[in-house]
Amino acid sequence: MDADITLTVDGERRALTVDTRVTLLDALRDRLGVTSPKKGCDHGQCGTCTVLLDGRRATTCLAFAVAHDGAEITTSAGLGAGDGGVGAEPAHPLHRAFLEHDGFQCGYCTPGQICSAAGMLAEAEAGWPSAVTPDVAERPALDEAEIRERMSGNLCRCGAYPGIVAAILGVAEGRRT
Amino acid sequence: MTGLLRPSAVGRSPVRVDGPAKVTGRAPYAYEQPVREPAYVHPVQATIARGRVTAIHTGAALALDGVLTVLTPENAPHLERGIDPELEILQSPDVAFRGQLVGAVVAETPEVARQAAGLVRIEYERAEHDCVFSADRTDLYRPEVVNPSLPTDTSDGDVGTALRDAERTVVATYTTAMTHNNPMEPHTTVAVWDDDGLTLYDSTQGVHAMRESVAPVLGLDPGVVRVVAPYVGGGFGSKGTAHAHLVLAALAAKRTAGRPVKLALTRQQMFSLVGYRTPTVQRVGLGADPDGRLTALSVDVVEQTARIKEFAEQTGVPARKVYAAPNRRTTHRLAALDVPVPSWMRAPGECPGMFGPEVAMDELAQACDIDPVELRIRNEPETDPETGLPFSSRDLVGCLREGADRFGWRRRDPRPRARLEDGWWVGTGVASSTYPVHASPGTTATVRISPDGRYEVLIGAVDIGTGAWTALTQIAADALGVPAEDVHLHIGDTDLPEAPVAGGSSGTTNWGSAIVAAARSFREKYGPDAGPGDEHTASTAENPFAQRYAMRAFGAQFAEVRVHADTGEIRVPRLLGVFAAGRIVNPRTARSQLTGGMTMGLSMALHEESVFDDRFGFVVNHDLAEYHIATCADVRSVEAYWRDEHDPYVNPMGTKGIGEIGIVGTAAAIANAAHHATGARVRDLPMTPDKFCE
Repeated sequence: MDADITLTVDGERRALTVDTRVTLLDALRDRLGVTSPKKGCDHGQCGTCTVLLDGRRATTCLAFAVAHDGAEITTSAGLGAGDGGVGAEPAHPLHRAFLEHDGFQCGYCTPGQICSAAGMLAEAEAGWPSAVTPDVAERPALDEAEIRERMSGNLCRCGAYPGIVAAILGVAEGRRT
Repeated sequence: MTGLLRPSAVGRSPVRVDGPAKVTGRAPYAYEQPVREPAYVHPVQATIARGRVTAIHTGAALALDGVLTVLTPENAPHLERGIDPELEILQSPDVAFRGQLVGAVVAETPEVARQAAGLVRIEYERAEHDCVFSADRTDLYRPEVVNPSLPTDTSDGDVGTALRDAERTVVATYTTAMTHNNPMEPHTTVAVWDDDGLTLYDSTQGVHAMRESVAPVLGLDPGVVRVVAPYVGGGFGSKGTAHAHLVLAALAAKRTAGRPVKLALTRQQMFSLVGYRTPTVQRVGLGADPDGRLTALSVDVVEQTARIKEFAEQTGVPARKVYAAPNRRTTHRLAALDVPVPSWMRAPGECPGMFGPEVAMDELAQACDIDPVELRIRNEPETDPETGLPFSSRDLVGCLREGADRFGWRRRDPRPRARLEDGWWVGTGVASSTYPVHASPGTTATVRISPDGRYEVLIGAVDIGTGAWTALTQIAADALGVPAEDVHLHIGDTDLPEAPVAGGSSGTTNWGSAIVAAARSFREKYGPDAGPGDEHTASTAENPFAQRYAMRAFGAQFAEVRVHADTGEIRVPRLLGVFAAGRIVNPRTARSQLTGGMTMGLSMALHEESVFDDRFGFVVNHDLAEYHIATCADVRSVEAYWRDEHDPYVNPMGTKGIGEIGIVGTAAAIANAAHHATGARVRDLPMTPDKFCE
């Protein structure tokens, strides 16, 4: 069974017809040629396919495209691009921080890590607690322990975690000042 | 001397050349290579561990809209036999292990291909299978050599007598688990077979190596096979050799006659098709005098291989190289089982083989009442214990001393189970690391000046995340005497000069040496005023020092471990490694290589185990939810440092390789720290909480 849907991807409105079994990830990669989000497990276990879906981080391999008609999606390629559309250079502070702290090696999990970090920073700023927040009634202070906990849905087999945490912490501190 | 390169760009820390493309997700990996109107392949796998296919019913699959073809052993294109049994798929009805390829669907979309694969019905004649790995089997055999072509057994002196006579002994059995590489990018091949030949966009560690493996099996002249891999999402060995899916993609492309096909293995399929590390059983014997000087050292290894194809991991090999002892023995015995084919996983041999002996050294330190760092220093050999050759450079002692200083080892109370903090037992441990310097003479590179005046460097290297894009650019800049910004590197394609795999921590050694050779002869030929169109190609020669020196990198790793007194939960708040690995080309990316290896070592120590159900012959926990790899929350402080080591014998860059040594010794350091914390000696990996609650 097919369905007609519209997705706004990195600021661009795209209409497409999908088999209703097609995941959001495969719709992006196979149908629209948007390959910034990657497929690592197809079961929501690794976080490699993470994008911002209507502003919140989501694993697109666990979402059916047909269930997200009209959704707004930001991939790492579109992050920080503003209204001018997707540019050629990394535009977001997280991009630059990951480069500076070498928060990746093979790069396959990286667009997902960066989208997850962007979503996570917004969650923390909105006051959402995590499993390691000492007092859930208080506004969480985003330290290394908080970042590690909140980023544990994104696996990195190269083991770039120290660089990932340092990169995100740097961006978080930059926002506070 | 090899004529060491004068470092200018080398030693600096530019960010990765490929970094901007990777952080935004624009770097195209194998699946993302632009091809027109691809069809999609979904494999069909055997559901028995041994036997034969007696009937294969494809009617329901073929009836599905969008199915193009179903490949089976009955209709698959012919392959050459007798070359590599792992690759000779769909040529007979025989099933040699569960999960083996017995068919595939090619369809218009991935969804239809997958659905149709589920509709293929197969009848089997089952044979009794045997997947039970045990060191007590009576049919263990002695392989002719161990990976890659090292002696299976070695013996010097009389270990038996020396162990009997020793005043201090440790004799114990250590085990490591079956583990899977699990790079984040699943193994993927996009194949196009048209009038020009076969093109494979592959997630691989070596484009030329894949071509050499796959062309003869397909009965093709290597000249008509092109393999392309500009960006690869990790490999850790599993993408270093060709596996069955590569051939399957080629067969499917042959059937679709010019139309590209895409085959991406699922995470689950990777657990039976792309290799793994064998479980190992290591019987270790150490004999010493009361001062801890080794008189005897033996490591007897039992591990598994597949009945269909042998792989003998060289687990006993590092024990031949690290410590002096007059009486020494290493042996390897294999159990050939009806299991998937084991293969390379990061530091094959060295990684598991520095677990047993390095925990045994900790036990010996305890038996002699000597500090474990000091025990290792006392057993430092003057020459390579196996060959008697001098080391080209060796600074294990420097690594141990500097590591001890940086870690704060001197403050350590040596008594086990002495420090309890907030319900957690706290301890620290140490272990040594080592990894050989590998070199492949005949690696080729081209240097030329493009029409716009830039230096172009061409070599069939592959960057699987190591930083080769960046490090090779730096090496080329220094070899040519120009700024790195003026160098444009081309890698990842068999159309480029021939180069070996990103494996054995030898990428920089081989590729860098070829680039230096090409650059130097380019300068000799054209001088400093070379212009557009000038071009020169050169290959690496045999290193004359390889026969005169033993060449190895060394390191020391320190771990702090906390074990919960009630639950046995184990945490590693701190890892610190110091390495002597020759010259470091790019400190920024090198640090990531080393800490990444240590992180994988932590993961091996605490989490990783492929749980094999020998009743059915498959890995039960075959996904990333149940096969736990270290997550962000599992990894806290991981620090890597290196000694300023100048080795003029290894190669013109003075590099020894850093991709694997980081995972060597980590698990032993953590096990030793866990013993110091709790007093419980865990000799079996992974160190799950139950092992501290017995």
